[in-house]
Amino acid sequence: MAEKMKPIKALTNGFIKENPTLRLLLGMCPSLAITTLAQNAIGMGLAATFVLIGSNVVISSIRKIIPDKVRIPVFVTVIAGFVTIVQMLMAAYLPELNKQLGIYIPLIVVNCIIIARAEMFAVKNGPWLSALDGLGMGIGFTGAIFIIGSVRELLGQGTWMGMKVTVDWFDPATIMIMAPGGFLVMGVLIALVNKLSKGKKKDAEAEHQGCAMGCPGCEKVNAS
Amino acid sequence: MKELIGILLGAIFIENFVLVKFLGICPFLGVSKKLGTALGMSGAVVFVNTLSSAVTWLVNEYLLKPYELEYLQTLAFILVIAALVQFVEIVLKKMLPPLYKSLGIYLPLITTNCAVLGSALLNMEREYTLFQSSVFGFAAGLGFTLALVIFSGVRERLETCDIPESFKGMPIALVAASLVSITFMGFAGLVVK
Repeated sequence: MAEKMKPIKALTNGFIKENPTLRLLLGMCPSLAITTLAQNAIGMGLAATFVLIGSNVVISSIRKIIPDKVRIPVFVTVIAGFVTIVQMLMAAYLPELNKQLGIYIPLIVVNCIIIARAEMFAVKNGPWLSALDGLGMGIGFTGAIFIIGSVRELLGQGTWMGMKVTVDWFDPATIMIMAPGGFLVMGVLIALVNKLSKGKKKDAEAEHQGCAMGCPGCEKVNAS
Repeated sequence: MKELIGILLGAIFIENFVLVKFLGICPFLGVSKKLGTALGMSGAVVFVNTLSSAVTWLVNEYLLKPYELEYLQTLAFILVIAALVQFVEIVLKKMLPPLYKSLGIYLPLITTNCAVLGSALLNMEREYTLFQSSVFGFAAGLGFTLALVIFSGVRERLETCDIPESFKGMPIALVAASLVSITFMGFAGLVVK
């Protein structure tokens, strides 16, 4: 990423073209685990967005003084700091949501999206661009899990955002809000995105081939 | 004793980390293409998860609790896990080169495996004792192994199947995971007393 990046591009990259969940296939655990309700998805999305922006800005500000060898522990520490802030804010102001999301809030620390953006973007760009990238990726993540959550809630409970929207003769399929439904909706949705963006998918996928996740260290496994 | 068996069976079957609780999905999808790599990764996870469950319990009990720093759990645990992984890597390299050779490349990946941090946090939530925590960590690792081994078998078969273009790769793997996950729902009624 040597060439100068336009701010607007840094922002919109995460929306569709490099959507972290559906294109880069990062951060699958929360995308599957908390998407039983559309509401939960928004809560998780916003929490992750906050952490993403915060950690991206901090990491890109200190990127010149982080020794290369210990960069992963440094990233993780910064991210864990922001996650702790989110945890406390949620416990104080949104106790209900906090209970729903449970351990998946602290688990934002190991969400691949955040560490991957630090590794792929924040260490190479300034704070301003990194903040935009964090925001864009956050919106992309929130959007994607909101769609998954909506589909699962609709099919599994017959409601959307807590409102009943289906007609009486529709019998909700409870399996959709259980574990198998999560995998299924996610798989079909990714296939759909692949179908719609046919031809363009090559570059995004080539980057993460073998190990779909951009988690640090994956390359090592694939190389061997 | 019965309680321990309960924890063991519970973590392996009833609330299987990968297929029911959605923890450790990244390695589950990432390294399950071949049985060999799946076994290597699982071995490393069982090993580190058992150790980290015990160590995080000790850190929480003797470091965080006395100073009322429990709100730093997340931060402390992830650092402990990162350090532990590094430590295990160094020790294995020196003491047990053959084991290092088979597990070595998977170790750095484990820091970001949510199963490890997840079991540490669940141990705290459920207020397990030191021994119970270790058993839970071990069992969670075994559950991860079971899921990974079953799934890698499924995926090896998928390789030779005729799959629609847009489903190739990850989408079909997820659909297959969904079917594997349905089979684990059968354990949901199992109650260990």
